[in-house]
Order: sequence, then structure tokens, then C-alpha cells
Amino acid sequence: MTGRDIRDGVARRELSATEVCRSCLARVEQLDGTLRAFVTVDVDGALAAAAAIDNRPRTADRLPLAGIPVAIKDNLCTSGLRTTAGSRILERFVPPYDATVVSRLRAAGAVVIGKTNCDEFAMGSSTEHSAYGPSCNPWSHDRAPGGSSGGSAVAVSAGFVPLALGSDTGGSIRQPAAFCGVLGLKPTYGRVSRYGLIAFASSLDQVGPLSRTAFDAALALGVIAGADSSDATCSSRPVPRYEDALGGDVRGLRVGVPRAVLETGVDTEVLDAFEQGLDVLRQRGATVSDTALPHAKYGIPVYYLVATAEASANLARYDGVRYGSRVSAESLAGMYEQTRDAGFGAEVKRRIMLGTYALSAGYYDAYYGRAQQGRTLIRRDFEQAFAHVDVVALPTTPGAAFRLGERLDDPLQMYLADVFTVGAPLAGLPAISIPCGFTAGRLPVGLQLIGRSFDEGLLLRTADAFERDTGWWKSEPVL
Amino acid sequence: MLDDLTVGDVERIAALARLALTDKEKALYARQLTRILEYARLVGELDTREVLPTSSILNETPIERPDTVRPSLEREAALANAPDAASGLFRVPRMLGEA
Repeated sequence: MTGRDIRDGVARRELSATEVCRSCLARVEQLDGTLRAFVTVDVDGALAAAAAIDNRPRTADRLPLAGIPVAIKDNLCTSGLRTTAGSRILERFVPPYDATVVSRLRAAGAVVIGKTNCDEFAMGSSTEHSAYGPSCNPWSHDRAPGGSSGGSAVAVSAGFVPLALGSDTGGSIRQPAAFCGVLGLKPTYGRVSRYGLIAFASSLDQVGPLSRTAFDAALALGVIAGADSSDATCSSRPVPRYEDALGGDVRGLRVGVPRAVLETGVDTEVLDAFEQGLDVLRQRGATVSDTALPHAKYGIPVYYLVATAEASANLARYDGVRYGSRVSAESLAGMYEQTRDAGFGAEVKRRIMLGTYALSAGYYDAYYGRAQQGRTLIRRDFEQAFAHVDVVALPTTPGAAFRLGERLDDPLQMYLADVFTVGAPLAGLPAISIPCGFTAGRLPVGLQLIGRSFDEGLLLRTADAFERDTGWWKSEPVL
Repeated sequence: MLDDLTVGDVERIAALARLALTDKEKALYARQLTRILEYARLVGELDTREVLPTSSILNETPIERPDTVRPSLEREAALANAPDAASGLFRVPRMLGEA
């Protein structure tokens, strides 16, 4: 069942939120020992929330997400429910408040099932950097589900929940969505509040939905988007009813494909599925033309310099004083250093080091300063492209899901998995990944569409149109 | 700047980042960071004359809110996750008299 089906059934009181929740928990119980989408399952909290929906007053019958089970990435704070961000250092951290997106989901009637696995502090592309072990790709258990929001993608793909929240800094919603064969939407920077999202790179981080259908993503975005007095970077721009924009019509849509970018190395099976996806859009009345993103090849270095610099500052807060674990030492500085060495995993330390280096005296101009200028150039590329196209299309990833362990010892190879996804967050733009086919080995492929600022409605409408002509979104892994 | 990162460089960065790395980690990071930085130097190719840096991607000015007093976390809740709390305070090792 889609989220919409559940919502409609619960709203009409034909479906019990408690029954939906129980069957969802049973499926998690049965299958998640293998897949490991969840770090924490909140059985009692979920059943209590579902019971509250079933016992709601008549006046609350129109809740937009009534009774929909949702999974929350474990870097989003949940009041009273452990939130680890995939890190050892937060193993026992129980937030005293809900992230704004979580409180809005709850107020809209969603039932929080639990917290999903992710790379530590959202730094990674496979969930292998989680202190709690990797999740498995439901389509092939020895492959990575992608990351960092891998657990959320697995939870949707495996049919545990119709809807999950993830966060995207350089591709962390879209890449796992593509690897697991589900839809993932990274909103415009500032569309969704970051209050209560455990910060990785604050100028890039954005929370968004993963789902099976465009309609469910539209419902979720409508609930979580909008001004928040707790986040000064969150836009006060009105939030449209995104689901109302879905109608199957994309006639006249101008799709730009940066052909030169594709020459940098894309798996042929991924490219084939991507081209067939473009054909689907053409047949619905869209025009597809070539466009240029001349600075795209600088995306990875710019992204990794900017993101790690910001991360090195953001992660200074884990010092063993106010929250998180502590390793005792004689001196305060010793306590900081021992705590951080024991609490952080290898990738987080690597990124803190890289960011600290890029910001350090003597290197700032050559690395961080340059990267910020590169970011301006990347942003301008998109501005120029959007003068003549409405969306830019790329495969979400250069290849389908890689094997667990395959890239663990080669950080640079892991970073290159983000080559097509880093552009949108660097430019602050919304982007969506939709399932567009499979490789011969039955691994899902994602089609990515990047839109103008605050043009999520168009991305969702295009995804919805795509769903009408394809069955990819209905494909389920055999579990 | 084009030289490989030495273990000494790694120690200097680790001290700035407050990380007590093991010798094994130092050697590993020297090697891996050298390789990553080699790639990152691609940004050196960019023609950045008269290009302003982008530090924030905000499409509008940051939102303000009325300057009114709102309730904050209760002290007990704020201390609940502390690894070492006593008498309503966070307790840390002695810091006065340190170099």
C-alpha cells in the first residue's frame, strides 16, 4: 500500500492505523535482522501513536499523513528516542526535543516506526561508515544500499514503510534512492527546516522524503516544508499543495542533458536505462536537448573541500562535555582528544582532518577559498542552463550499487560515487531521483532531475508523469 | 603545497582538530589525505579571477524572529545527556594551570 492509500483508508475509518502499524512492525521483525535498515525500532511509541490516530476526534479526520508509518534517518532528533547519527559517540544520546520535520510529521498524523541506519554523521555513500554496521541492499544483499540515508532507502524498498525521511548533503537522499529503486527528493536549500538535524555541512544539508510514489513524496514535502522560527535559513515562501500539481502532464517541458558530463564515465547499462527514461519523457511531450555544465568536473573537489571544512567546525561540539560519550583524562585537552579519537570512526576523522587542513593558515586560499569560488562557477552553470531548459537530467549515479567492502579502503573511489549528485546541493537546487530501470543483474537505476530553486512541484509532477508510463516504481525486491 | 603530507603534517592537523591519533592512524591518514588532496588540487585549474566566493546559498535574507523571551530547555533536560554532571553543572577535568 502507498502512503496515500493508508491515509485515505484511515481518514475514512475503513483502515485501522494500529493494524497498519502492527503489520509494518511484523515485517520489520521478520526481515530486518538481515537487511538492518533500522538502528532503533520504537515498537511502543509507534503503537501509541497509531492508537492515538485511531482514537482521534472527528475534527482531526483530514490529517494529511494520518496513520502512515514513517522511518526517520537517525541524524534527525526524536524526543525521548535515541538518536545516534550512526556514531559511537552518540550511542546513548536521547534528544530532549524533536527536529522540526519530525514534530511536523507527527502533527500531520504520521506514525514514527523507528530510526534508520546511516553513515556516521551522514558522511558516506554506502552506510558502511555507520558504527552500527552496514545495511544491505534489498535487491542484492552483498551490495551497498547507498548512503548516507541508506537505511531510509532500504526501509522503503523492502516495504517496511511507504515513506521515510533522509538528509542530503552531496547526494545522501538521491544516491541510496537510486541504488534501492525508490524515489528520493532533495529540496531547495531553505525549503525545509534543519532544526534538529544533526549538522554535517550547514550550507548544504537539507532534509527530504524517500518514497515509492511521487504523490507520497509530495504529501510529505508539503508537511515538512515551510518557515520555522528555529532555523533562520528556512524560507518563509508559501508552501504549495504539491500533490495538486500532479496530473501527468509534462507537455512542453524542456529537459536539458549535459552530454559532455556523461562522457566522464558512466556504466553502459546505467546509461541505457537513463536514455530510455528520457524517451518516456519525450513520449509524454517533453523536449530533450543538450545543455552545458562546464564546471561539473570540479564538483567533487569543490564539494569535498566545502563540506569537510564545514564538518570540521560542526563536529567540534563533540567534546565529551554536554552530551555524547567521554573518555576520561587528566587534562581537559587530553579528555577532548581521547574522547574524539575513541568516539569517531575512520571516515569522520578523515573528513575532519581534510576540512581542518583546507581551512588552516597557509592552505585556506588554495583549498577552501578556491572551492568557494568554484561553487560560484558551478552555481552560474546552472543559472545559464536554466535560461533555456526547465530541468537538467543526469543519471543519479555513474554505476549501480557496488559491493559492500569494495570501496571501503579507497576513500577517493567512494567520493566519486557522488559525481552527479554534488552539483545540486552546491547550487542549492532541488533534485529528485526516480527509478528508471534495472541493469542486467537486476540492480535498480535512478534518473535524476535537477530543477530551479523552489521548483519541487515541477520535479514531482515530472516524476508522477514518469510513473504513469513505467512500472519501475512498482518493482519490489524478492525478500 | 605540492608535497606529500607527512606524519608531522598529520600530527599538526590532528592537534588543531583535537584528535589523539594512533601511529597507525597517522600513517594511514598521511597516505590517504595526500591522495585526496592531489585530486582536490583540480580546483587550482579554475579561472577564479573576479569570481566571488559562495559561502551561503540562501536565496533570500535570513529570516528574523521577534526578540521575545521563550522558554528554553529545563536544566535537568539539558544535563540529561551529559557524561558527567554534578550539582546542576557539567563537570570537566581541571583546566586552570594547564599550559
